[in-house]
Amino acid sequence: MNQMAEPLVFRFEVDGDNFTSAGQASVQVKKNLRQLGIDPETIRRVSIAMYEGEINMVIHAKGGEASVIVSDECIEIILADKGPGIANIEQAMQEGFSTAPDNVRSLGFGAGMGLPNMKRYTDEMQIDSVVGEGTTITMKVRY
Amino acid sequence: MNTYIHSVALDPSKCTGCTTCMKHCPTEAIRIRNGCAVIDSERCIDCGECIRNCPNNAKKSICNSFDEIKKFKFKIALPAPALFAQFDNLDNIGYVLQGLLDIGFDDVFEVSKGAELVSAYTRLYLHTEGIKKPVISTACPVVARLIVLRFPFLKDNLIPLLPPMEVAARLARERAMKEHPELRSEDIGVCFISPCPAKMSYARNGFGSYKSEVDLVISMSEIYLQLINVMKRERVCEIASEAGRIGLSWAICGGEGSALLNDKILAADGINNVISVLDQIEDGNIPPIDFVELNACPSGCVGGVLTIENPYVAKNRLHTLRRYMPVSLNAPEDSESYIPHECFFTDLPNYNPLNRLSDNIGESMRLMSKIQAVRKELPGIDCGSCGAPSCRAFAEDIVMGNADRNDCIIAYKELLKKYIAEYSGGDSVDGK
Repeated sequence: MNQMAEPLVFRFEVDGDNFTSAGQASVQVKKNLRQLGIDPETIRRVSIAMYEGEINMVIHAKGGEASVIVSDECIEIILADKGPGIANIEQAMQEGFSTAPDNVRSLGFGAGMGLPNMKRYTDEMQIDSVVGEGTTITMKVRY
Repeated sequence: MNTYIHSVALDPSKCTGCTTCMKHCPTEAIRIRNGCAVIDSERCIDCGECIRNCPNNAKKSICNSFDEIKKFKFKIALPAPALFAQFDNLDNIGYVLQGLLDIGFDDVFEVSKGAELVSAYTRLYLHTEGIKKPVISTACPVVARLIVLRFPFLKDNLIPLLPPMEVAARLARERAMKEHPELRSEDIGVCFISPCPAKMSYARNGFGSYKSEVDLVISMSEIYLQLINVMKRERVCEIASEAGRIGLSWAICGGEGSALLNDKILAADGINNVISVLDQIEDGNIPPIDFVELNACPSGCVGGVLTIENPYVAKNRLHTLRRYMPVSLNAPEDSESYIPHECFFTDLPNYNPLNRLSDNIGESMRLMSKIQAVRKELPGIDCGSCGAPSCRAFAEDIVMGNADRNDCIIAYKELLKKYIAEYSGGDSVDGK
């Protein structure tokens, strides 16, 4: 990008307890990024990370807010919820570790790959979580 | 730069500007301008949804007319398998094939034959080392174009095999030249009988650098009218079907997939369902599957807009018709465990992003900020009266200089109210 531009913000409400609409925000983001002319691989990484994050918010936190900030050097995804918080972040990051309830697993979710996938597809990921208050995950995908 | 030739057109004398087609267009390619629908050819994927939904029959497909076959010395009909589902009480495909000869074709080559070969080649292809899965079918031209325009990341998943229509066209021409050595290639007219306008676009534009072998595309509904005049039960058929259940089943959703004799397949129909499946594949959000069959039309090709019969009735007829048919009559020889090179595409079209705002990302971001700001000021009821399918699309049209804010009747009403208030307020001011 040759000229500085104001960062562009897309904001979405993620509906809690609604698996049918989970993933809608990532589809919308994908459309917007395509219109901006972002390269396909970056779009895919953003949309995978975002989809995983959306599902997490539905399963664990009864929804929350997702923001995507497009700036000159990267795309930042901020997922904020007021859920139970993560007690042990290191453990949560392990592949296969899951605290998803059985009713969610029976739907095919809760394989313990959400956070590891979000990390895998982004360049930077930070988890700020307070038990009983909520979790904010900030991810960056560079061009 | 845009040289793509479409096969969906509008009859302005019939269009009432009612917004129905605009609301149904999956790529937001339609606007209403001066009371009449206008199609943006860069965004159009020839899916035919506007033809399907127009209450005034103002949208139509551009196909070749039946009379055009006279241009050729030797005329070959290539019936799509969906054609056989259009007739009531048909128990033998031979009647339709004989009918095609009786209305003036010199030879008939069923697309089902090509389809059975493509099925066999696809089974082989799925065993190729290192291919990207899930493999996505390229048989539906609408889906193939949609992926090129909108899902560039999935381009490597497309199966690089020619669709049945093209395989059949090539074999039909070869057969004619072998049986009639006096014919030159240009004497032969290969004429596809099509359930949809997208096949017409494919025949005209090719795919990537591939040029279609089909010379003419005639609509199934036009051929149907010719055929019912000559198809008689007492007519003795001198010609029999050369394909089996696998070929015939390509006409319905699930047919192409089930021919792979593999559990790990997914088949979807209807353009909006197709788009959501592609979105899920792109997000890595599907179970491990080998093959994805996608049909833009409901129920598959039997749901094409150029067919006559309701797709569900047609599907039922094919189930009845195929009951006593052999599984397949066109498998390659056992010794032939490779795919002939001429059945591959040499390249696929380049990613051609749909409605990118600008070639410069910084500029695109500025435009999108403006669009977001304009969108916030709009009523958000997506009524379509302004001539755009949604307030979001209208905001984009305003920012891109293609629409005027006052085209929004709600905004215009507010403006009028303001003028009226000012006018009546003006009286009292005068009184001071």
